[in-house]
Amino acid sequence: MLCGLEVQEIARNQAGNPLDRRSFLKCALASGAAIGISGAAQPAAGMGSGAASGTQDDARFIVEAKFYQKLAERKIKCKLCPRECTVGDKERGYCGVRENRGGVYYTLVHSRVCAAHVDPVEKKPLFHYLPGSIAFSLATAGCNVNCKFCQNWDISQSRPEQIPAEYLPPQRVAEIAKQYNCPTIAYTYSEPVIFSEFLMDAADAGHAAGIRSIVVSNGYMQEEALKTAYGKMDAVKIDLKSFSESYYRQVVTGQLKPVLNSLVTLRKMNKWTEIVYLVLPTLNDSDEEFRELAQWVKANLGPDVPLHFTQFHPEYLLKNLPITPVPTLERAKAIADAEGLHYVYIGNVPGHPAQNTYCPKCRKMLVERVGFTASQMLIRKNCCPFCQHPIPGIWHV
Amino acid sequence: MKTVRNGSRRDFLRQSFAGAALLCAGGGAGALAGAEPVAAKSGAAGAKSRVVVAHDELLRGADSKVDSGRIQALLDRAMQAISGREHPVEAWKALASPGETVGLKVNTLGGRGISTNVLLVAAICERLHQAGVRPSDITVWDRDSSELERAGFHLAMGGERVQCYGTDRVGYEENLAAWGNVGSRLSKILTQRTSVLINVPVLKDHDGAGVTIALKNMYGVIHNPNKYHPDGCNPYVADLNMLPEIRTRMRLTICDATTAIYQGGPGYKPEHCWNANSLLVSQDPVALDHTGWQMIEHKRADKGLKTLEAEMRAPRYIATAADGEHKLGTNDPKRIAIVEA
Repeated sequence: MLCGLEVQEIARNQAGNPLDRRSFLKCALASGAAIGISGAAQPAAGMGSGAASGTQDDARFIVEAKFYQKLAERKIKCKLCPRECTVGDKERGYCGVRENRGGVYYTLVHSRVCAAHVDPVEKKPLFHYLPGSIAFSLATAGCNVNCKFCQNWDISQSRPEQIPAEYLPPQRVAEIAKQYNCPTIAYTYSEPVIFSEFLMDAADAGHAAGIRSIVVSNGYMQEEALKTAYGKMDAVKIDLKSFSESYYRQVVTGQLKPVLNSLVTLRKMNKWTEIVYLVLPTLNDSDEEFRELAQWVKANLGPDVPLHFTQFHPEYLLKNLPITPVPTLERAKAIADAEGLHYVYIGNVPGHPAQNTYCPKCRKMLVERVGFTASQMLIRKNCCPFCQHPIPGIWHV
Repeated sequence: MKTVRNGSRRDFLRQSFAGAALLCAGGGAGALAGAEPVAAKSGAAGAKSRVVVAHDELLRGADSKVDSGRIQALLDRAMQAISGREHPVEAWKALASPGETVGLKVNTLGGRGISTNVLLVAAICERLHQAGVRPSDITVWDRDSSELERAGFHLAMGGERVQCYGTDRVGYEENLAAWGNVGSRLSKILTQRTSVLINVPVLKDHDGAGVTIALKNMYGVIHNPNKYHPDGCNPYVADLNMLPEIRTRMRLTICDATTAIYQGGPGYKPEHCWNANSLLVSQDPVALDHTGWQMIEHKRADKGLKTLEAEMRAPRYIATAADGEHKLGTNDPKRIAIVEA
């Protein structure tokens, strides 16, 4: 599940002061309509903008799932994420968006878009991927974990029929992205693992139209599904929520090990990958955990993988915690820098100098960021223009 | 108290329960307490939680369908036994007063084969009406209208009739209700249309939780039940029932065991269903769940199936609901009095 920083960050930047999450979602949907979603795609029968998402039987959204195994007595075992839900007839998996109907497993969220917006790619955040570009960003309901700090819980923790949505088939996703000069489609906001079938079809439609795809994900996915679905992505951002199994079990309702495996698999696939680590006061902010994280990243992924330490804002089931102090984020960055990582950022703190990209060799600033805007971009031919040191990433369309 | 005797009822009860105190018909009856939380009623020192098991071997007609007259009589016997009142309407008057809004939370996941019986719900509504509750103040509800329809209910919104619809028609509260490991949005039918909650679940095996009876039926009240199925639903079922919005409204559970399922639930598997021809009634949902669980175990033993414990799916959430942190009732057989009716 996305740490939810996107929603909060854009709300703060556009309005100048924080919007609550629900207001943002309404704005996002309204904005989506303004850029043509409603005009382009017929709303679900009987619903207008902001109406309920149709019934759970709305056939347009229901497609047989790709990753599951049939069992006896009309049960199935889901093979999409490590949870491996065994689901009886007429029941749904943990994600709430996949349902067993007579022994056949279906996704209920294909083309069922509940949030859509044109975002700066920096908001994902992806800092080494087409800086200054925009992405047509979308989500469906559902998630395969239940983070107690989720910023987008009202879409991620809902069933698809409980929230407003529009019918937006893959071809139309690509058309809208092109219409608004977005070089990229981003699958984000909730948890794209659980809408993998839609993501794959939309990526294919996008690529056919010359549009790339990126995903913002928790990486809590089985290897085969990851290879198949995220193999179609041009870049990936993984929320590594902690470096502790107990935190994953208690705060995330998931597991750390499969996420680490996903990061290694993405590395082997040569997918451009960036990591976000949301720092929660007292829960995952020890020096030891930061150090172990940095050491693991360097040893398994290499020193050039961007690592973003981002600020937590109280939400959902963790309203009792304070906002992450900026010195905590700076401590995390200092530890990761000292361990030899080359691109360590601080996120969700507008104006902080650690939002910029610096050459690890000559230390000159190469990309300057103000909020989600890349105000200066000096990298040329994937190199530092001052010392010619290669700077990894996807820098140009 | 008026009872209908038949030769097999006592045998049925003896066969179904071991360990729990079995009282004679009418024995141990006491007054129903209306707005008082269940734990307060069952938690008194030395007091036993009563679970009425009303059984009618002749509940069904020649076509094997439940007979409307006999299920009304069965319900009446159960209510008389649980309340100690001579007349069934008096029992209902002790539960709900004119002007209160009564929500009947049924269970319709399993379609027509294994959902709360429509005739039972009609019988409850009839007695509530006679007790002075306006039909339009009664809402029969579950999470989804289409599931209600598939179970045989006719939807009704507005007018002077008994209301019947799913949460899909009115939605969930915006804000989260949280207790322990549960954080959920609650059905607006519960929060805005129900001051008296009567839980009308079905006696069912559950492939993950072990059994689904009274406590787990509250999964149909929240927007995210899928999040609370890991680990055999433990401790989530217990935590959910601790929510004040549920706990303060809950007055009674009437478990429909006319048709029950001992294996392969919660969906409908006709090969694993049996006509138990019974109702289980209690103000202690933990005691009722424990009692229902034992009925399912007995049936499983009859069929040569392993115990739920042996299948690694014993319903541990029942013990959690009874623990010192939750105190939702008792699962101690020595503190459960099973009352036949």
